[in-house]
Amino acid sequence: MKPVLLVDFGSTYTKTVLADTDEGKLLGTASSFTTVQSDINEGLANACAKLKEQTGVGEYAETYACSSAAGGLKMIAAGLVPELTVQAAKEASLGAGAKIMKTYSYQLTKSDVKEIDRLCPDIILLTGGTDGGNRESILHNAKRLSEMEKDIPIVAAGNRCCMEECEEILHGRQVFLCENVMPVLGKLNILPAQKIIRELFLKKIVEGEGLTKAMELVSGIIMPTPSAILEAMQLLSGGHGEEPGIGELMGIDLGGATTDVYSIAGGKPASVKIVYKGLEEPYAKRTVEGDIGMRYSLRGIAEAVGTARIASDAGLTQERTEELLSYLEEHKDVVPGDEEFLRLDDALAAAAVETASIRHAGTVEQVYTPMGETYVQSGKDLSEVKNIVLTGGALIYSDHVDRIGSYAMGNVRSPYSLRPKRARIWVDRKYILAAMGLLSRKYPETALGIMKREISYYGD
Amino acid sequence: MDKKKLVIGVIGSDVHAVGNKILFHAFTAAGFEVINLGVMVSQEEYIAAAIETGADAIVVSSLYGHGELDCRGLREKCDEAGLAGILLYVGGNIVVGKQPFEEVKKRFHAMGFDRVFGPGTPPETTINALKEDLGVM
Repeated sequence: MKPVLLVDFGSTYTKTVLADTDEGKLLGTASSFTTVQSDINEGLANACAKLKEQTGVGEYAETYACSSAAGGLKMIAAGLVPELTVQAAKEASLGAGAKIMKTYSYQLTKSDVKEIDRLCPDIILLTGGTDGGNRESILHNAKRLSEMEKDIPIVAAGNRCCMEECEEILHGRQVFLCENVMPVLGKLNILPAQKIIRELFLKKIVEGEGLTKAMELVSGIIMPTPSAILEAMQLLSGGHGEEPGIGELMGIDLGGATTDVYSIAGGKPASVKIVYKGLEEPYAKRTVEGDIGMRYSLRGIAEAVGTARIASDAGLTQERTEELLSYLEEHKDVVPGDEEFLRLDDALAAAAVETASIRHAGTVEQVYTPMGETYVQSGKDLSEVKNIVLTGGALIYSDHVDRIGSYAMGNVRSPYSLRPKRARIWVDRKYILAAMGLLSRKYPETALGIMKREISYYGD
Repeated sequence: MDKKKLVIGVIGSDVHAVGNKILFHAFTAAGFEVINLGVMVSQEEYIAAAIETGADAIVVSSLYGHGELDCRGLREKCDEAGLAGILLYVGGNIVVGKQPFEEVKKRFHAMGFDRVFGPGTPPETTINALKEDLGVM
């Protein structure tokens, strides 16, 4: 037996998964409540004690961890044109598992720089210009950032022809040069920037105060939790070696404060008659809805679809729905127990899944031209994607996950949305996706095997 | 010396893709770096692409007769977006019906286009004009 401990340091829970890589199986899972105030090491110790009780194993051959504690990896992205390099910078940051605090387009002003100082992100991603393209913008922005008070690491991934000049301008700061996120107009090149972002994250966490002690336990990989989930989804979708994956998928992580949507799919137009508009989309894409979440952001859900719909889905009156929503806002740690709360939670989850999946997927628009009708697609076409994977604490208590998942599929309410038409719904019941993403770095076969066994599906 | 950069595309709701491909190959072969936006290009897309790539010229094609409507205001938007003075060309079947080309030309010049090309213009004519205007030997 070779027990490998996988830890996910969250802001409210420390979750642990124990896997045996010799036998290729899951040994157990345990989690422990942690608060911002309480020591994160305590949470880990508690979770490990529970694991030992469950499995009898208290020693680990290896330990890997991901973290979204203390708000996760916070980034600011700056670029030139909003739809082009700013969008590319956003894709790069989100795909690296970051939370984007703010984006800036065109030239930074002095007050922008003051704002950045105030926001104090972990990393700034500075982009602008295609290779050989615009120079003025990124050089101007580098100059502005050189006036920043705080020493925030800057990843420069813009026009390669002025990277060295950027470095000179930012002399004395932590600057990391990197390949352009958009070397040619419309082409994304986000992996090199993501690699540097993850390395910086590791460094920050290791140096950071709260986790230093816990990190002594960890043997290697550490990454932002969303990044681990993205890796797990990629493995589950694409398979490894001889072992096939489940194919293209859309994944939804329904959290208390935000809802993350992932798609592992090409999403190119299905026919030559469809004109594609906008920046190329990454094959593995992540979007974050900061206003959609089951507790901290439940008002955002109600605003997105209307309280009336939540009420009718939950079979409650509007007044009662309002009451319950207010109560949940006040008592965020309430675990739904009684019937009414469960129904409300299901309705909220369904609305969250619907809203977040619509925002993630592309759209197709019918356009009438003098030559007849034609179609314009923007974003990813996920209509032929056959798998929807659901994860997130909010789903653990629900008995209607299949129904909630079906809200990620295209319906009459959103005729222009390119969401999956007909898909099988998979549920991460044991909440192991992030852990499997960590495990996949060294033991992809084991991680894939465990996911295929443990993540259950509800027919199609 | 760096290659001169052109942003090209077919404007409006026009889906004529063949001429666009021919121009892309002809301009590339003539030594330009060509950023091809394809068909159904909005004014904003030309401008965004020109800013990000630091383009030297925008070459607009239109085949379906609605060019006059589609092109209106492009020069003003370029000025507004910080692309003042960028070279603007337009060519194709740019107006409705058969109109005297001299008048058409005048109207498009008044809209701020530096050069206006009628139907059936060979790519070489445009290439020579570009070389002259951009000072390429």
